[in-house]
Amino acid sequence: MIPELGQLALILALLLALAQCALPLLGAWRGNAALMAVARPAAAGQAVFVALAFSVLAYAFLGFDFSVAYVADNANLALPWYYRFVAVWGAHEGSLLLWILILNFWTVAFAARSRHLPEPFAARALGVLGFVSVGFLLFILLTSNPFTRLLPMPADGADLNPLLQDPGMISHPPMLYMGYVGFSIAFAMAIAGLLGGELDNAWVRWSRPWTNVAWGFLTLGIVIGSWWAYAELGWGGWWFWDPVENASFMPWLVGAALIHAQAVTEKRGTLRAWTLLLAIFAFALSLLGTFLVRSGVLTSVHAFASDPRRGIFILGFLTAVVGGSLLIYALRAPKVAAGKAFATLSRETLILIANLMLVASAAMVLLGTLYPLIGEALNLGRISVGPPYFGFLFMLLMAPALFLLPFGPFARWGRADAGELARVLRIAAIAAVALGGTLGFLAWRGAHEFRALLGWVAAVWVLAGVIAYARKRWREAPAGRRYPAELLGMLLAHAGIGVFVAGALLTTALSVERDVRLAPGESVRVGGFDFRYDGVREVKGPNWLAQQGTVSVFDHGRPVTVLHPQKRTYERGQVQTEAAIRPGAVRDLYVALGEPLGDGGAWALRVYDKPFVRWIWAGGLLMMVGGFVAAADRRFRAKRAPQPAPAAATPAPVPAESAA
Amino acid sequence: MSRALPLAIFLALVGLFGFGIWWNQRHDPREVPSPLIGKPAPAFDLPVLGDPARRVSKAAMLGKPYLLNVFASWCFACRDEHPVLMAEAQRLGIALVGYNYKDDPADAQRWLAQFGNPYGLILADRDGRTAIDFGVYGAPETFLIDAQGVIRYKRIGALTPQVLAEQIEPRVRALSGGAP
Amino acid sequence: MNPTRKRRMTLVLLILGAVGVAAALTVYALQQNMNYLLTPSQVLAGQGAGYKTFRLGGMVKTGSVRRDAHSLTVDFTVTDGDHDLPVEYTGILPDLFRENQAVIATGHMDGARFVATEVLAKHDENYMPKELAAAMAKAHAKHHVGTPDPGPGTRQESAPAPSP
Repeated sequence: MIPELGQLALILALLLALAQCALPLLGAWRGNAALMAVARPAAAGQAVFVALAFSVLAYAFLGFDFSVAYVADNANLALPWYYRFVAVWGAHEGSLLLWILILNFWTVAFAARSRHLPEPFAARALGVLGFVSVGFLLFILLTSNPFTRLLPMPADGADLNPLLQDPGMISHPPMLYMGYVGFSIAFAMAIAGLLGGELDNAWVRWSRPWTNVAWGFLTLGIVIGSWWAYAELGWGGWWFWDPVENASFMPWLVGAALIHAQAVTEKRGTLRAWTLLLAIFAFALSLLGTFLVRSGVLTSVHAFASDPRRGIFILGFLTAVVGGSLLIYALRAPKVAAGKAFATLSRETLILIANLMLVASAAMVLLGTLYPLIGEALNLGRISVGPPYFGFLFMLLMAPALFLLPFGPFARWGRADAGELARVLRIAAIAAVALGGTLGFLAWRGAHEFRALLGWVAAVWVLAGVIAYARKRWREAPAGRRYPAELLGMLLAHAGIGVFVAGALLTTALSVERDVRLAPGESVRVGGFDFRYDGVREVKGPNWLAQQGTVSVFDHGRPVTVLHPQKRTYERGQVQTEAAIRPGAVRDLYVALGEPLGDGGAWALRVYDKPFVRWIWAGGLLMMVGGFVAAADRRFRAKRAPQPAPAAATPAPVPAESAA
Repeated sequence: MSRALPLAIFLALVGLFGFGIWWNQRHDPREVPSPLIGKPAPAFDLPVLGDPARRVSKAAMLGKPYLLNVFASWCFACRDEHPVLMAEAQRLGIALVGYNYKDDPADAQRWLAQFGNPYGLILADRDGRTAIDFGVYGAPETFLIDAQGVIRYKRIGALTPQVLAEQIEPRVRALSGGAP
Repeated sequence: MNPTRKRRMTLVLLILGAVGVAAALTVYALQQNMNYLLTPSQVLAGQGAGYKTFRLGGMVKTGSVRRDAHSLTVDFTVTDGDHDLPVEYTGILPDLFRENQAVIATGHMDGARFVATEVLAKHDENYMPKELAAAMAKAHAKHHVGTPDPGPGTRQESAPAPSP
């Protein structure tokens, strides 16, 4: 009976979501306070029911209830409890439920913290969130019910894909969804502002931390995903430009643009229409990702379409939400657009350029991702676009943004001081050429590579700019007010970009990858290290049996580490490669088993030397921390009585205060 | 005007996605145009499931069109497809022959006992050798073979009521109409 | 009004110029990196002739896989049920590579054989060869189990995980 309870909870949640959507919007339109007051209780009640449904599904997994088809498809008796719990979001239906749960989490957080906002505005925003929730609840109830029974009940279930049986699976999807769904808040506020026909700067200010936090989570989710792919897939790559990754990267790019645009709008009142548009885009791309991944449209060349009803439903919903909001934007945006003029050489211009580059990158990724579909539509045959397309264009588009990055904080709002910018340029350029060049020249173990040099120079360029600005604040701002959270967050995130650029370019340039055949006792030299293969033996895990290799690594005869890569065979016969990695600050040593070759115990092995690969994720984590720290700024805390914004928001003499 | 630009671009995207969904339904993306269509089915001589002593050859099947459905107990998609066969097989008015692919006979029979048996006859290809001649990629797959033993249609993947109604029924009707 | 206007014009021109350059580069990058997916029949019919590299899709013919005893070179035959094409690959095959199983190989023709630089094994949740049936259940794989996808990598469509 319990699974039916979960379904009932979802139906009740849907009813409350309908109430949360329709009544407050109506109330805000008619000026009816009673109707507007429905929003918060409805949101809270809905969250309770969704949480109940989620618990019911988790309970079914933990209790091996194979009469639930979704459980039978994704868990079996041998699966340890933690992976059974994780299996709740291991496939389509359950991950959709997680999506809705997180949407409810954000909605409740917004409802609880938005009491200081004018009631019609908050009511409209909650109504918009309710609309999104209605769509997803309908989607899950009509096309993807996780509680469908399977009769007769099988004695045992299938298995969770072994790739998903990994700690990464525990945190990756929830973090990613926290990011995607978090953009719904900025989106809802943008739509509420457009509907109401006014967008007070105080509200923009208040919406900024939500965007920052959502973006921070999205960054974390992507970092975990990248690390997971690296560690788990046995390929040693950290980014593949595959459609699923692209689906998460596009909202990230637009989210980064949105963070900056919001800063401009809040502080200067300008770029409002653009900020609104980005808020819509960021969330639209989150939804688009859902569509691409779940409708089967993109893999159409290679996979069967899943249930076509799903695709049609999401497409309809996507059209309603995004098309509707863009329509509202087209009709209402002129009403809220206004703002202060700015000179060509100003912080606004720099941010605008960076924004355009980020959005262009997102568009480029979208084009590449959809290209197979376009190819079909134009009858070009079965085509896809290779990673070099993405890599080439992304580098090209990001280069100007990276170049301008150190100037951003130094440039004044309105009109920048060219002399000061020139000074910055000098400092950063000298540092980049001198330090970056030296480091590049000393390049790791003698490998001279153009991209490695470029990586050092670009990273030092960015970091020098960050340090120079931190120093300027230290000197010029009064003690105690030197590094407000918003500014500190900006510095951290920008430093993260520098670290990331170093990691990405250096790893690409300096990695050594060898596939070799080794018999026991044989060695191979990779990246200056000797990897000695000592044979394979059998080991047993909770639900798998593995061939485990032993590889001893030596640095000029001195033992460095012993690695144990595995080739696991799970109960149902799926084979899974577990790479063995010796992590390090400046290099990872990476070994994965290929396949047995012949009778003498020889195996094919992948042996990689991956310098600086961890800097990629370290940079990502710095960006995430930057997002969170900036969100904690005191300025963003709600004030009971919102002041008329422009006056309060344009801080006095010190020109640089934004996380922009 | 310029404010409507995002909307216009988005609508173009929606059009593209709509096309994608439509295309997916129309054209099975996996459809490798089978070179066997229009050619005689490969010769086979296979034991009958549950009665291994009895063998059925291609020659024995000549004279009447039949639908050859590749299935296996280990195949999840077959489980989805099965109710369709159970409900619609009779109505088609054509012999439905099961082709048990790379399966343990006991498993297959247990599976049929559980989900029902829509087949008039089931051939067992335990090692999947004959399936290679048929160009079978996996399960489920379905072949329509006419009275002369010529393959008229091949479906890769599960049959749905829609596929039956739009792809198979008209062909079956043409076969029985053309050569009664 | 006038200076604002002038500035706006400059801005618009700059943006248009940038868009033009970006579009040209994008078209160039697309053309350089487009990959066609062909079956052995299509290749033998000459369709692969125009491309430097392309992707070959089909099934690994049973009994065709031969490993060289002393290196990582593997030979196998890819078939689409009608025509066969010999493939040569040096490296480690993906976990899901099996005989009588769908693969997608990226590479180029060298005479009558296809030399692959990357081999992806393919599986699909709704349509699968026996060995993978239970495995894939309805769980979508996180990245690359080796599905041939529009993407480079090889992941399977869906990663429930990173899906929004």
